[in-house]
Amino acid sequence: MGLQSYLIVSAMLFGIGAFGFMARRNAILMLISIELMLNSVNLSLVAFNAYLPSPVNAGAVFALLVMAVAAAEATVGLALVIAIIRTRQTAEVDEYADLKE
Amino acid sequence: MTIETLIAVIPVLPLAGFLFAVLVGPRLDRMPSHGHAEHEAGHADDHGSHSGHGGDGAHGDAGAEGELRPVPSEEEQRATSPHAGHADDLANSNGADGVIPDDMNDGRGQPGHVVEGAPRPRYRSWIVPTGLVAVAWLFSMIVFGNVIFGGHTYHVSVYEWIGSGTFRIQVAFLVDGLTAMLLLVVSTVGLLVHVYSIGYMDGDRGFWRFFAYLNLFMFSMLLLVMGDNFLLLYVGWEAVGLCSYALIGFWYKKPSAAGAAKKAFVVNRVGDFGFGLGIMMIWTLLGTLNFSDVFARITTLSPTAITVISLLLFAGAVGKSAQFPLHVWLPDAMEGPTPVSALIHAATMVNAGVYMVARANPIFSASPTTMWVVASIGVFTAIFAAAIALTQNDIKKVLAYSTVSQLAYMFFALGIGAWVAAIFHLVSHGFFKGLLFMGSGSVIHGANGEQDMRYMGGLRERMPWTYRTMVIGSLALAGIPLFAGFFSKDEILGEAFSRGYYLFWAVGITVAFMTAFYTFRMVFLTFHGSWRGPAEAWHHVHESVPTMVAPLIVLAVPTALAGLVLGIPPEAGAIHRWLAPVFRGAEEAGAGILPGSLAGAGHTFDLLGLGGLLLLIGAGVAVAGIWLAYRWYVLDPEAPARFVAGFPLGLGPGIYAASVNKYYVDDLYNLVWARGGVLLGNALWWFDAKVIDGAVNGAGWLAERVGGALRRSQTGRVENYGLGIAAGLVVVLVAYLVIQR
Repeated sequence: MGLQSYLIVSAMLFGIGAFGFMARRNAILMLISIELMLNSVNLSLVAFNAYLPSPVNAGAVFALLVMAVAAAEATVGLALVIAIIRTRQTAEVDEYADLKE
Repeated sequence: MTIETLIAVIPVLPLAGFLFAVLVGPRLDRMPSHGHAEHEAGHADDHGSHSGHGGDGAHGDAGAEGELRPVPSEEEQRATSPHAGHADDLANSNGADGVIPDDMNDGRGQPGHVVEGAPRPRYRSWIVPTGLVAVAWLFSMIVFGNVIFGGHTYHVSVYEWIGSGTFRIQVAFLVDGLTAMLLLVVSTVGLLVHVYSIGYMDGDRGFWRFFAYLNLFMFSMLLLVMGDNFLLLYVGWEAVGLCSYALIGFWYKKPSAAGAAKKAFVVNRVGDFGFGLGIMMIWTLLGTLNFSDVFARITTLSPTAITVISLLLFAGAVGKSAQFPLHVWLPDAMEGPTPVSALIHAATMVNAGVYMVARANPIFSASPTTMWVVASIGVFTAIFAAAIALTQNDIKKVLAYSTVSQLAYMFFALGIGAWVAAIFHLVSHGFFKGLLFMGSGSVIHGANGEQDMRYMGGLRERMPWTYRTMVIGSLALAGIPLFAGFFSKDEILGEAFSRGYYLFWAVGITVAFMTAFYTFRMVFLTFHGSWRGPAEAWHHVHESVPTMVAPLIVLAVPTALAGLVLGIPPEAGAIHRWLAPVFRGAEEAGAGILPGSLAGAGHTFDLLGLGGLLLLIGAGVAVAGIWLAYRWYVLDPEAPARFVAGFPLGLGPGIYAASVNKYYVDDLYNLVWARGGVLLGNALWWFDAKVIDGAVNGAGWLAERVGGALRRSQTGRVENYGLGIAAGLVVVLVAYLVIQR
């Protein structure tokens, strides 16, 4: 099992996340898809860190940074989604198309 | 006080007079009160009765009373406030008949009216300006005596005006023989015009303003003739132009005067632009503007550069001295008050061009091309303007075209290298034309403002002193022997002949004949015969007040004697001795390059030979011109009409119409420059509206259209945006791979 296997898993995870983001209509599910994509990136980062030695473990540190950002993003995103669900009584993003031209 | 101090003080005096007249003058005059329209016809009598008070003390009481009164009346407030303008007049306009009173005549050129019971008008703002000019005249005469009789040349440096790197300009005065001659004319005529204006401008609401402008003009003109470098000359040059503008448009509510002032300013700009370019070129090529440095080093330049510089300088002279094709402003400038015509547009400012060419004689004489241009323009303008003067009916227009023609004589003389003769004619012309203009002003004043000679006649009965002095001036202008104009004009013609310019001489003789004819046509139409104006106006015709007649008599003296003093023996008179140092270099330089100049330089006048014959011819055509005028306008007034009708080939009426209409030069300029300017303006306006604005509007239109197309992509559906992001990612990846490959 080499680096390539990790990267393939990571690419699959990213593909699932991207597909989920575009295919789903539910705002909550779309946020989960985004988390999936972020975590696929994290996976590739730690894999690179393990296979391409770095004196300061930049890959692992960067993965931690992404986790922090993902946590913040999830907090704000969920808060926004919940607020909009409360006003619109729906989680379907098709219903949120007020800002179109 | 040394002479140097005197020289430095001379220009300062009129400047002080100007400041005084502006700051204090309005408080010294009290304008006439409101008058009714029916006083209009009688104003000449009113005018005559109160206009002589200038020098006497009869109004001292009234004046003191007015000053001591704690609260000035409304009338006085209005008259003495420098800000009394239309608004005040309109605000108080319920005075007369509930309409706008007709004494709102500041800037309209009409005298005010004396109303019974109202405070008597008084004018005192002339005292200090005229006094200062008198002192300047005295100083000028002292300097003149020292320069001419003592043989000194003064160079007075007052202070450094501009010191910027190598560009250093001194306010410095150079007084040599040439400047001294100009000082003589400028300060003498200037002083006499100030005295004359006391009477002439009496009753005008702009009285103090007039004296302020006159003093500013005197300052500028003195700066012009005394400056020792081109920049100072240029400052004076532009400043006299400004004063000329202000004084032509003195009666600024008269549309014709305002238009004439504008025309004079604009036409002068054309020439001054060339003059400015010439000065800049001198600076660029020589790095100095001092006369002495420039003249010493001018020959180090290439002949082409010298020709270009001198032609540019001459363009300025053509504008300022009203030569063809820029002569059109001078006749129109007669819209100004007549003292202005006498001072600025006959005796001093228009001489600036001649003075400048004479001053820059080392530059001009180094370029044969320019000398030819100067002489040709001079000769052409001389006969052109004289041919217009023949038929003009306005007394001042005759004199105006005569001035153009006589100035052209001077340029003709300058162009053939007869420098001294040109300055001689400048001096004598300054005196006799100043006299003639002031005389015409006296006539206009006495004849109720009538300027058209067809409605005058027989005035010599009522205006004996004006008649006598004007005849003296006319004899000088016509070139009758022993009067000033004879010597100076025949000197120019004699030099032209002896230097071999036979064609120019022939034209000059023709012009002399025409000059004698139109001058005495003016005299006979004005003073002889019987009154042709309205019969009731004849009762108001009167001799002018002493302050106006006295300058005429004073000027008649040099008009009669200047030629005898300066011009005998012909072509070697005193003036030649005085001016020789100024023109020595030019005479030597010109001798090598100008055709016939060697003959002129070595030529001696021969009374019993050729010279005497030329004098006889000159005097002969003058007498012939006067005789023809006498026959046509006194003996047989029908003769001119018969002559026009009997002209060969039936061309008479056409030629007459062309001459009366100034050969349509004004109409041509109107067509080319005014109409052409409108057309060009319209074309540029179209370009601006369509092309420039089109580009600006086009940019907005484009942005709007592009935005309109792009806004369709704003669907508001978040999955579309996600797809866009993914597509962008794909594009970036593909591009990366392609570049990597």
